[in-house]
Amino acid sequence: MPAVTVENISKRYHTIDGEIPALDNISFEVSEGEFIGIVGPSGCGKSTLLSIIAGLLKPSSGQVSIFGEKLTGVNPRIGYMLQRDSLFEWRTIYKNVILGLEIQNQVTPDRLEHVEHLLEKYGLINFRNHHPSQLSGGMRQRAALIRTLAVNPDILLLDEAFSALDYQTRLAVNDDIYKIIKKEGKTAIMVTHDISEAICMSERLYVMSKRPGTIKMSVEIKFNQENRTPLSSREAPEFRQYFNKVWKELDVHV
Amino acid sequence: MYKQESEEQKKYLQKLKARKRLITALRILLLIFIFVFWEAVTRFNWLDPFIFSSPGRMLNTFIRLYNEGSLMTHIFTTLWETVVGFLLGTIFGILIAIILWLSETCSRVLEPYLVVANALPKIALGPVFIVWMGAGPVAIITVAVTVSLIVTVLEVYTGFLETDSEKIRLVQSFGANRKQVLTKVVLPSSFPVMMNALKVNVGMSWVGVIVGEFLVSKAGLGYLIVYGGQVFQLDLVMTSVLILSVLAALMYFGVQLLGKWISEKY
Repeated sequence: MPAVTVENISKRYHTIDGEIPALDNISFEVSEGEFIGIVGPSGCGKSTLLSIIAGLLKPSSGQVSIFGEKLTGVNPRIGYMLQRDSLFEWRTIYKNVILGLEIQNQVTPDRLEHVEHLLEKYGLINFRNHHPSQLSGGMRQRAALIRTLAVNPDILLLDEAFSALDYQTRLAVNDDIYKIIKKEGKTAIMVTHDISEAICMSERLYVMSKRPGTIKMSVEIKFNQENRTPLSSREAPEFRQYFNKVWKELDVHV
Repeated sequence: MYKQESEEQKKYLQKLKARKRLITALRILLLIFIFVFWEAVTRFNWLDPFIFSSPGRMLNTFIRLYNEGSLMTHIFTTLWETVVGFLLGTIFGILIAIILWLSETCSRVLEPYLVVANALPKIALGPVFIVWMGAGPVAIITVAVTVSLIVTVLEVYTGFLETDSEKIRLVQSFGANRKQVLTKVVLPSSFPVMMNALKVNVGMSWVGVIVGEFLVSKAGLGYLIVYGGQVFQLDLVMTSVLILSVLAALMYFGVQLLGKWISEKY
């Protein structure tokens, strides 16, 4: 059974001046454990698509299923990561990380133990009583990921999750987050406008058209290397070919 | 942060400290200068002490009032009216802001009323309150509450609306309901705005109470000021104003300390 099934999703936004079609008849499937990338020109509705899968937004037509179950709203099996880490500066790292558990009334000893374990495993245990401003950009992003993992979702949605970071940090955080997601065995759907980032992290890549967004192309990304990581993928000879293929399809004009 | 401080760092810190001390010293000197200058010009009769009073005469008035035993009654009357007005204005202001935030319809409907209420000089309602509630502390406190209430509502509500929408999305993605969005994101992130409203309200409540006492009262600092003005006892007026400014400052620092304490605790 696929982890995520997106069937004929369309979305129109309504304003006083009229309707704006944002998404047009989008369908795809994501298997369990797969890492999916979605790229598209800005304003193509890729974030809208992710909000719909997250259950934050209702589609105008079509439906989303999570492990065969029709999605009706926010689903605890889905974790959502946003553009900025959005850590609450009035909370310590530990308090930030257990935010999701608080909201879902899941602050139980075994969940807290899981959080403890995650903090330990990913090197934030000594920063648990620090405030977000005392952490580097990379560590903040890691804390944000642990906050998402704390509620133990099966599927992670990453909405331009790295675009607020500077380039060097971003490369390192790509690698870091990718390894954590793989280690935890999560299914992931990542939306980005960065072609390189999409190629180096995903196993399958969807290219979206301009508004109204449709899926123009699906690319299987395979590298001839064992244990690929985003950084090693960037050095693979196939990387450039994939890049050119996607670039052509995106049809960017200035 | 390095544990071991370099010479340069030490010098920098010393300079910082020296500057802070200088500022404090200058502040105190300025205060002393004002009082000495005031005393001098009235003593040499460059200004008429009968009209301008003087620090010496104010001190005498203060001691006289204290010995008569009425001073504490006046101070206490004004103080409790102000504190009650301040608390009610702040609490109700924040509560109304929360209601407006919870219901967009409600806030849209009430918007023009709030704008008008904000522009209206609340003091104009004083006589109305006196008729409705009688010439007593209830009317005075009501004036104080109306002065601070609308400003609090508008300021805090605007603060609520400025909450980072991505943080709200984040908690919604965890399945938060409207109440959780309020308690987990909107209220804590608006804490600085609320503290600011509190500080503004200190001043507002004093205005409300003193004006209320001008209109109707048998005791309180506002009463002393009006009475002193009517019988041409400027010593009494100036002494009351001075006591008032000390009390207002104390209350302001109290609120500031409270804010610091709360933000350190959470």
